[in-house]
This record gives sequence, structure tokens and C-alpha cells, in this order.
Amino acid sequence: MAAIDRHAPEGGPKGPMTLPELAIRFLRAVSLAGARAFSVVLLAILWEALARSGAVTHFQLPALSEVVERIWSDGLSGDLAINAGLTLYRALTGFFIAAVGGVVLGMAMSRLALARWFFDPIISVGFPMPKIAFLPVVILWLGVFDISKITMIVFDAIFPVVAATIIAIQGVERELIWSARNMGANEREMLWQVVLPAALPQIMTGLQVALPISLIVAVVTEMLMGGYGIGGAMMTASRFANSTGVFAGIVEIAIIGYILVKTMALIRRRLLIWHQEANAPSTA
Amino acid sequence: MKAFVRYAPLLLLAIAWQLVAHFELVSTTALPPLSDVIKAWIDLIRDGELVGNTASSLYRGAAGLALAVVIGAILGIGMAWWKPVNVLLAPIVEIFYPLPKSALIPVTVIWLGFGDGSKILLIFLGCMLPVTLGAFNGARGSDQALIWSARSMGASRLRMLWDVVLPSALPELLNGIRTAIALSFILLVSSELIVARRGFGYLIGFLGANGNYDAMYAVVFTVAFLGFAADRIYLMLVQRMLSWRQ
Repeated sequence: MAAIDRHAPEGGPKGPMTLPELAIRFLRAVSLAGARAFSVVLLAILWEALARSGAVTHFQLPALSEVVERIWSDGLSGDLAINAGLTLYRALTGFFIAAVGGVVLGMAMSRLALARWFFDPIISVGFPMPKIAFLPVVILWLGVFDISKITMIVFDAIFPVVAATIIAIQGVERELIWSARNMGANEREMLWQVVLPAALPQIMTGLQVALPISLIVAVVTEMLMGGYGIGGAMMTASRFANSTGVFAGIVEIAIIGYILVKTMALIRRRLLIWHQEANAPSTA
Repeated sequence: MKAFVRYAPLLLLAIAWQLVAHFELVSTTALPPLSDVIKAWIDLIRDGELVGNTASSLYRGAAGLALAVVIGAILGIGMAWWKPVNVLLAPIVEIFYPLPKSALIPVTVIWLGFGDGSKILLIFLGCMLPVTLGAFNGARGSDQALIWSARSMGASRLRMLWDVVLPSALPELLNGIRTAIALSFILLVSSELIVARRGFGYLIGFLGANGNYDAMYAVVFTVAFLGFAADRIYLMLVQRMLSWRQ
């Protein structure tokens, strides 16, 4: 407080900043953004230069400008919307089923001894398994359409959610539960107002692991089963030796992945605004 | 006995599988009886098909993973230790981290063809970032007091990197490597399913395409078991490595 009072008479009115101050702040923001963008721009320039230099063939690395052009024309013709929409639809449907199912299963396992006995070995053995190996089995059972793709995504994405939910509920402080029960909370209030909110940070971490997995599996299943979707479009392009199409697919899926992961981080920050971690510096 | 009770559910599932297939509640092409799958597995081992393909897959996985660990750890610690490296690399890591790595499968094929090279490159690219991020977070979190006391005792910068920063980065780094191991199996199997002439993923696809489902199930479960075993063995090694910590 004292420091502010001392500065107030010199610095003029506290509300609007003086012009130099504003300019300094602006410059600092710009230079920070510039430093962050620098390497990305550098990478883009290197790509373009390498592709045009003739050191690599056009098939190995098409120029970035051509790839962007291709994405643009796909966007105009509507192909981009269909492919990206389908991939997103599959990944997100699978993710939501895995999220809800995983949290419910995790809660059941922490409450009911029977559920824990039955599912615990399945989860602990199944989590580190490469579930993608079961893809041909799922195709055998459910065919090559959306249902088998989404099943595969759920199968892969549910394990981190269940594991995180169990750890989260185990980690809820005893004092919180005791005091809530002491104040006469019934079972439902305990669940919705005490246990779930206290477990939320860990559960969110599990969801943040599950989301990229959903995207990875969505792309793989599309590549293997063909049809529409970004993975399918990339596979078709690669069969026709159309490497511009392949690189366009990578750029598209990279942008989608980036947006999804950032959105998830934003949701986390919103949901956990009451939690102390909201003030802590975030990683990545 | 305790282990038996613990893993009894898995046994129950196996028995249920055998019964369902035995009484043909579902078509036996979709779900061959467990006993047939075990027979097919023994045959596959006998004629060396499974062992050979597994060996070439494991070679690809190990080579890609080794590259990813070495280079990823160097990058991550470098990012935490020298500010310019961080400024230069952090945005690139941030962009590529959410990229679904399976999208790189066709590109690695364009670059290096259908053989070992493209799989090793894929696993290297896919597994490097979790290792980098683990090393970065670990090294950044190293106890400032330790660094100060090392410095006041006259440790050189390199000495400090080796004696203080690396050990304190180790737990998170090892955690990142665990993620990378799981990822390497996913990438290995999916890239081999899509384009390969050898490896267990190829074998699964080949047997499935020929309608040899008993053998396909046998390979699928072998791969799943290998992924599980790799994780458990790694955890045991980590526990030994970190036994100096509380």
C-alpha cells in the first residue's frame, strides 16, 4: 500500500496510463509475441526454402505454399469441412463416452468392493496394453463404419479416465468428507458437492490425457478402414502418391489437435478457478 | 493365493470366452474358442513366424525409443537450462505436442519407404516430445536451494548440470519415458498394420486378411501382453533407479 501511495503523486492519476507507459507495455507484448512466433515463422520459411531449393524432390516435401493452397481449395469445395467434421465427430463422441463411462466406472470402483474386485485387474492389465492391436478384432465384430471407429476410441481413451478418477477419489481429503458428513450431508450431496469437486483436478488430468489419445486413434482407424475423415483422406492421397494431400492432412490435423488441447486447458482453468492451481503457472 | 484372488476376474473372463465360443453363442469366426487360439499360438511359435516378426518389431521400437529418449532428454534439459533454447524451441514443442502422431505414418513412408527406417523415424518423432516435456518440467523444477549450494561450493556449470539438475529431473523424465513406451507400441502396431512387410502388426493384418482368425487372436494377445510386460518391467527398473529417493 505504501508503495502505491508514494508513487501516486508523481505518476499522475492512477486510471489511464500515460502514453510512454502504454507504448512500453505494447512494445513488450509485441516483442514477446514476436519471440514466440519467431521460431514458428522460421520453421515455415525453412520448409518453403528447403522445398524450393531442389535438395529434396517435390514428392518428398511439397512447398508449404502449395499445401496451404490445397487446404484452401479443399476448404472452398467443402471437402475439408466434411473430413474434419467427421474426424472431430468420431474423436469427440468417443471421448465423451469414454469420459462419462470412465468417471462412472471409476466412482463405482471406489465405492463398491465387488466392482473394484472385478475391474481392478482388468484396468491394471489393460491400461498399458496397446489396445490398437485389437483393431482387427473390432473390425471383425462391428464392421468398418463409425460404430467400430468410435468403439475403438472409447476402448483406448477410457483407461486413463478410470485410473485418474480412482486416484482422484482416493486423494480426497478425509477432513473434507468427515466435516461434510458431520454437517449432515446425505450421500447424494456428498457425491456432488464434496467428492466430485475435490476430485475434479485429477479427473481433468485424466481427461487431458484421454483427449489426444482419442484423436490419435480416430486418425489411425480412419487410415485403416478408409472412407471419409482426415485419416482416410491422407491414406487416399498417399495411395495416389499425392504428397501435397498428405501434408495438407497433417497441417489440418495439427491445427485441430492444437485447438482441442488448448480448449481443454481453457475449460480446466474455468472449472478449477476456485482451486489453488489456477494461480500457478501452467505448463505447455 | 492373494494374487489368485486378485487376478481371478481375468480367469473368469477367459472361462466365459471359452464357454461362449464352445456353445457357439456367437459365430466362431468372430470369436474362436480360447483353446483354438492357444493351439494356434503354439503353432506360430513352432514355425518361428511369431518370433521372427516380433523380433523385427521390437528392434524398430527399441531403436526409435532409444533415439527419442536421448535426443528428447537433451532437448528438454537444454530448454530448462539455457533460456535462448527455450525461447526458440518452446513454441515448436507447443505446436507439435498436440499433433496426433499417427498422422505422421504416411509422411514417414514418403520419406523412408516401407521398411525399418520409416517405423524408427515415426517412433522417434512420436515419442520424443513426451520425453522432452518430462525432462523440461523435471529440470525446471530442480530445487533452487540445491543449485545455490552447489554453486557456492564452487561447482562448475557442467558439474551442476550432471550432479544437481539431472538427478532432480530424473523422476519426471522417467515418467515421460513411460508415456513414450506406451506410445511406441501404439505407433508400432498401427504403422505396421497400415504399411509393412514384417513385424507383429503386419502379421495381425496378414492373418486377418486370410481369415485365419485363431492365429490373429493369438498374435493380438501376444502384442497386448508384450506392451503390458514392457510397462511392468520398466516400472520395476524405475523403482530400482529411484530407490535413493524417499
